[in-house]
Amino acid sequence: MSGGASVSARGWGWRHAGRRAWAVEGLDLEIAAGERVLLLGASGAGKSTLISALAGVLGAADEGEERGTLLVGGTRPQDARGRVGLLLQDPDSQVLLARVGDDVAFGCENLGVPRDEIWRRVGSALDAVGLHLPLSHPTSSLSGGQKQRLALAGVLAMQPGLLLLDEPTANLDPAGVEEVRDAVARVLAHSEATFVVIEHRVAVWRHVVNRVVVLAPGGGVLADGPPEEVLATRGAELAASGVWVPGFPPARPLRAASPHGSAPLLGAPLLRACELAVARVKGVPVASGLTLDVDPGVATVITGPNGAGKSTLALTLAGLVAPEGGALEAGDTLAAGAGSHPIRWKSRELLTRIGTVFQDPEHQFLSSTLRKELAVGPAALRIPQREIDERVDELLARLRLTALAEANPFTLSGGEKRRLSVATALATRPALLVLDEPTFGQDSRTWAELVALLAELLDSGTALVAVTHDADFVDALADREFRMPGAPVPGGAA
Amino acid sequence: MSILNPVRGTQAVYAINPVAKLVAALLLSLTLVLSIDWVSAGVALVLEAVLFFWAGLGLRTFLLRTLPVLIAAPAAALTTLLYGRPSGQVYLQFALVNVTDGSIELAVATGLRVLAIGLPAIVLFVTIDPTDLADGLAQVLHLPSRFVLGGLAGLRLVGLFLEDWRSLELARRARGVGDSGRFRRFFSQGFALLVLSIRRGSKLATAMEARGFGSSGERTYARASVMGWREGVLIALAVIVALAAVLVSVSTGHWNFIGSQS
Repeated sequence: MSGGASVSARGWGWRHAGRRAWAVEGLDLEIAAGERVLLLGASGAGKSTLISALAGVLGAADEGEERGTLLVGGTRPQDARGRVGLLLQDPDSQVLLARVGDDVAFGCENLGVPRDEIWRRVGSALDAVGLHLPLSHPTSSLSGGQKQRLALAGVLAMQPGLLLLDEPTANLDPAGVEEVRDAVARVLAHSEATFVVIEHRVAVWRHVVNRVVVLAPGGGVLADGPPEEVLATRGAELAASGVWVPGFPPARPLRAASPHGSAPLLGAPLLRACELAVARVKGVPVASGLTLDVDPGVATVITGPNGAGKSTLALTLAGLVAPEGGALEAGDTLAAGAGSHPIRWKSRELLTRIGTVFQDPEHQFLSSTLRKELAVGPAALRIPQREIDERVDELLARLRLTALAEANPFTLSGGEKRRLSVATALATRPALLVLDEPTFGQDSRTWAELVALLAELLDSGTALVAVTHDADFVDALADREFRMPGAPVPGGAA
Repeated sequence: MSILNPVRGTQAVYAINPVAKLVAALLLSLTLVLSIDWVSAGVALVLEAVLFFWAGLGLRTFLLRTLPVLIAAPAAALTTLLYGRPSGQVYLQFALVNVTDGSIELAVATGLRVLAIGLPAIVLFVTIDPTDLADGLAQVLHLPSRFVLGGLAGLRLVGLFLEDWRSLELARRARGVGDSGRFRRFFSQGFALLVLSIRRGSKLATAMEARGFGSSGERTYARASVMGWREGVLIALAVIVALAAVLVSVSTGHWNFIGSQS
């Protein structure tokens, strides 16, 4: 691999077109060739903007306004194409071509590398990330972690002097996170490339980097130095701003009573699954023989490897997907006269019975402002407007979204979107709340808020079913853990 | 999804450049739409049927993939039989239905023609790998690589859109708005999918740009797309079939240019 490229920012700033505030302002930062940097900062501090600028993908003059200078290896990033490689967060949007070999070759082709040399580089890049697959292997059958390693191989084949990673593991399960981190560590051990990674889980990268830079929300650098030093002096401050700092865990709520303790459960379960088989596509069951009860005030977490059918089970319990076999029956308390089969309930009947929070919040947004979004469910229930307004205001305040009441849901940050999607389900006060990976990619502050809110709901008698990979979440909330039986289906989705 | 999953195999036909397949299918269909007579379509179909043995498809795959054409051909023939332009002896008349000598001949010609154009087109296209096609379009036909590769990468999103659509459907039911009319729901859901797909598209564009796509320098190709003797043979076969069909039809007096009165 070629030598590392240095980074130099002098009074640099960027303002997105149409915004009043600068995303980054007055930044002075020097990174020497070959340094390994972890870039931290509260959400909104401009980390992603800086990384995009370094990769030269921030856009032309009509997409924003630039101030000061930003140089990579002595030249402007736009002129340093091929010197800089960027790995992004979403595994699905980084796979570009249908076959593994072609996908890795794509960057080299764009740089005009001769054909023989391309295939030599493809082979060694795939080796470097530990992806031992035939070149003709279809990219659509890869897991999330494999897709990220594939994208990393594509970046490495371009032999960049500066390697940039923008939250590369935020969408991965714990096994995927390790897989990608280890691949990067292995690559860096044999490379002189300069390395910058954004990540709010410090523990993942702290032993791979030798410098931590913290950006200040108002612009400029808040802290800069060796990882141990920065984390020791700024740990509490970083943790408070949402960074996951080892030794500074987010606060955990106290549950009022422990339902799985001595206190006997009152009444029959809300839902009872017996030898249930679930399928996303009719006739193709992904899991079967599932038996569990859902009780009021009890948190049940569904865990297990990718592809075991966790999400499908959750959607089936939520009355959204028809059971493939076995029985799923709603108790009288939950059914309240609507019949014992949730899948036969009307969409409107579901609202007060079962609320669902999807893995991707964007799938469930329907309106142009947060206020309207939260009113959708209550309006479908024909609740009087005055009461709707009261509920919406209360939820906005409870989830720190009041200032954004008139904003478009799609323009929110990841953490804000998650809070809104939970709020939309709570607006109709369902007896059972089903959540699919509620804490995926969340900063520690959003995490703590979510967990506190859910604990409060449990104490008030709401039942909770959550699909999760998050061991901290299980630790903090779970009354019962339901592990999916059976081996993962190869190439299957979660 | 047939466009996303090309049929794969080891026979020679799989190695033929997609551009040659495109040219061959175009040659055949352009010739056969010039006339509506049963002779030219029949001759073409008989010759094609012989060639299908080397097309590299098993009988099952062949029937499955060509099913739409196998259904469309008799349907088109039946419609023409019942409602086609009447001439000659009348066999059956009932309301608008009018079966005559003329409509029988036209029906046979139409059915054969749909088969003669549709079958080879499908047989040639199902063995095309989209990546190979993009290589051919960019390197052989010299179409702009930005356009070709952008389209190729976009094709991969189709599978994701199908999943998005399903999630949107479930999410609407969960949000309490799944009871409204099917028609209204379809449109609001379609709009939501459009919003999602634009977001996916722009993320994809950034990922491509980050790998140097769209830079001003000369682009190289990891896979060579060349036209050789195999491609020549395929195009020559298409020319022979088309010529034979026209010659037999003209010499037996059945050829009639579309639009001219018979």
